[in-house]
Amino acid sequence: MRAGQKDVFAALRQEIRRLDGDFRQRETLSFGVKALDRRLPGGGLPRGALHEITEGGPAAEFSGSATLFTAGIAARLKGPILWCLNRRDLFAPGLVNAGLHPDRVIYAETFREPDILPAMEEGLREKGLGAVIGEVTRLGLTASRRLQLAAETSGVPVFALRRWWTMAERDLTGLPTAAVTRWQISPFISQAPPAPGLGRARWHVDLLRCRGGEPYSWILEACDAKGRLALPADLADRPDQAPRRRAAAG
Amino acid sequence: MAHSQALVPNLHIATALPDQDAAALVELARWCIGYSPVVAPDPPDGIWIDIAGSSALFGGEQKLLADLIRRLSAQGIHARASVADTPGAAWAMARYGSHAVVSSERTIAAVADLPVAGLRLADSILEGLNRLGIEQIRQLAAMPRAPMTRRFGKEVGLRLDQLHGHAFEPLNPLVPKETPARRLVFAEPIGQLADLKDVLHRLAAALCQDLAEQDRGVRRLDLIFERIDRHNVALRVGTARATRDAPHLAKLFDERLETVDPGFGIEAAQLVASQVEPLSADQVEAQDMGIAEGSPVDLSRLVDRLGARLGPKRIYRLEPVESHIPERSVKRISALAPLTGQAWPATLSRPTRLLEYPERVTATALLPDHPPAFFVWRRVRHRVIKADGPERITGEWWRGAQDDFLLRDYYRVEDEKGARFWIFRDAPADQSARWWLHGIFA
Repeated sequence: MRAGQKDVFAALRQEIRRLDGDFRQRETLSFGVKALDRRLPGGGLPRGALHEITEGGPAAEFSGSATLFTAGIAARLKGPILWCLNRRDLFAPGLVNAGLHPDRVIYAETFREPDILPAMEEGLREKGLGAVIGEVTRLGLTASRRLQLAAETSGVPVFALRRWWTMAERDLTGLPTAAVTRWQISPFISQAPPAPGLGRARWHVDLLRCRGGEPYSWILEACDAKGRLALPADLADRPDQAPRRRAAAG
Repeated sequence: MAHSQALVPNLHIATALPDQDAAALVELARWCIGYSPVVAPDPPDGIWIDIAGSSALFGGEQKLLADLIRRLSAQGIHARASVADTPGAAWAMARYGSHAVVSSERTIAAVADLPVAGLRLADSILEGLNRLGIEQIRQLAAMPRAPMTRRFGKEVGLRLDQLHGHAFEPLNPLVPKETPARRLVFAEPIGQLADLKDVLHRLAAALCQDLAEQDRGVRRLDLIFERIDRHNVALRVGTARATRDAPHLAKLFDERLETVDPGFGIEAAQLVASQVEPLSADQVEAQDMGIAEGSPVDLSRLVDRLGARLGPKRIYRLEPVESHIPERSVKRISALAPLTGQAWPATLSRPTRLLEYPERVTATALLPDHPPAFFVWRRVRHRVIKADGPERITGEWWRGAQDDFLLRDYYRVEDEKGARFWIFRDAPADQSARWWLHGIFA
């Protein structure tokens, strides 16, 4: 074998490794909740990757919990956040409850669905950003693959907050995409505090799909003022109740 | 001519000199730059001045107009002028109207009674309209669009839209002589997208070199393609910060180059830095160093690119406003405005999604000041298991009587499935209060 060929093979192997996306070696962001991080390859969310977040529950079209879940992740990242909107229902004072300071968020508002994905991709080309969040309804395989590749190149995580307004659009959110993880956040009955009032909210967090990992479900306490999730105290010491499901394809 | 001289004994005859008239108009337009930087001559006899933002310097639109007329008449020029929201309306009003200043948002009503000649239409079209008995703009505006377009062509609809402000009408402003600009004339007309891109990159590189010599950076850039049929296609982009980075500037146009219709070919292209700011070489160096170290993230390029794609007003940050009323507590600021460090108090629980308008819900509370026991929203019944409140928010009385907001008692409620809502009662319980749903929590 000639010396030049060896280099070519080495370069090709490296390229294949890159294309495969070896997430175990990639930089990750841990949730700080052991039960959750244990189930994710690499002990957290891979950074340069596309993550999809949907909302289940009674008022799912407003995706209140999914928004706060995403904001909580963004709050724990460093750097400015680009948030691409397509409706005017986001209420920024609510994001402060997850620790996302208004100085850090730049909003890009588009009312046309086709403008959202290019705007997100534009943000991913900028290396200084902490994260790109986009509220999208349609996210096909090709479009999501583009986002995933752009995220891999720049190392900026991108979160697709799936919104829907009609039942037909809701069915679209179930279609396969190239996202590395797909989460579903639903509100869950919270524990009553000793006095009348409301305690910390609880979520039913479903990891529906995870490349290199298995789907799983948790019941978690919602984001606190620093964007951290927590395992509920009354559930933490009990044996694991969530049913283990078969790994989905991929 | 002999006939008219016979009719009027002392008739003074002058030869028409259209070229000199046009040159004099441009000279006059240059003089008008004193009122606003955006001035466009409108041959044969008009000048447009975009006074948005500059009228305050003269003490209001009325005073500006009076000043303009007084100075012109001192020079021996008789002029009529008017101010309106759209160039079309101002054109019509100055020639056919009686109001000097058309107040904002009253344009449509003000121009309705003007003759159709105020629409800047060709004589043949005007004749056709007259034959139909259409004399006023009001009558034309009431006509259905499709037959009108079929009969008179697209121009009538376009002029009407421009008059009413439904269609944007760009002014082609006079370029002050010292504006940095670069022009490229082609031996053969071009039309391919790849060629246009190449031309743009070359122009941008040349222009940035000029700017570097003058220590200046671009804030607004106009790209003008001159087609062989004498129609110009103009594109404009703005930047958030002064820059003279040629590849970046060229990229801002990239997206919109595809929309340029080259027609039969483009014979010249011009890149004009219509707004420039001082930018020294040290600043550029400092910016590049910042990017290399990655410490203070420079977002101006991202903001420029997104602004060119979506429109500059669509990129923003949100800033707290000191108001208890949820809808008023948020203000949009420029995306690159200096960081204030201020945030909304995290101790107040606020929903992540706020409905644009609160929605009526049917709710029943067991006791007057208690949260509701259940409520029906969008035909779904939610049973309230836990609740927190009330948080009373009263109206801002200092805003005067037009503030319809009196009092709201907000409750955070959790239904039997764990979903949390923000609902309020718009009056004390004993005064026929109604319940509204305003936001959705996490």
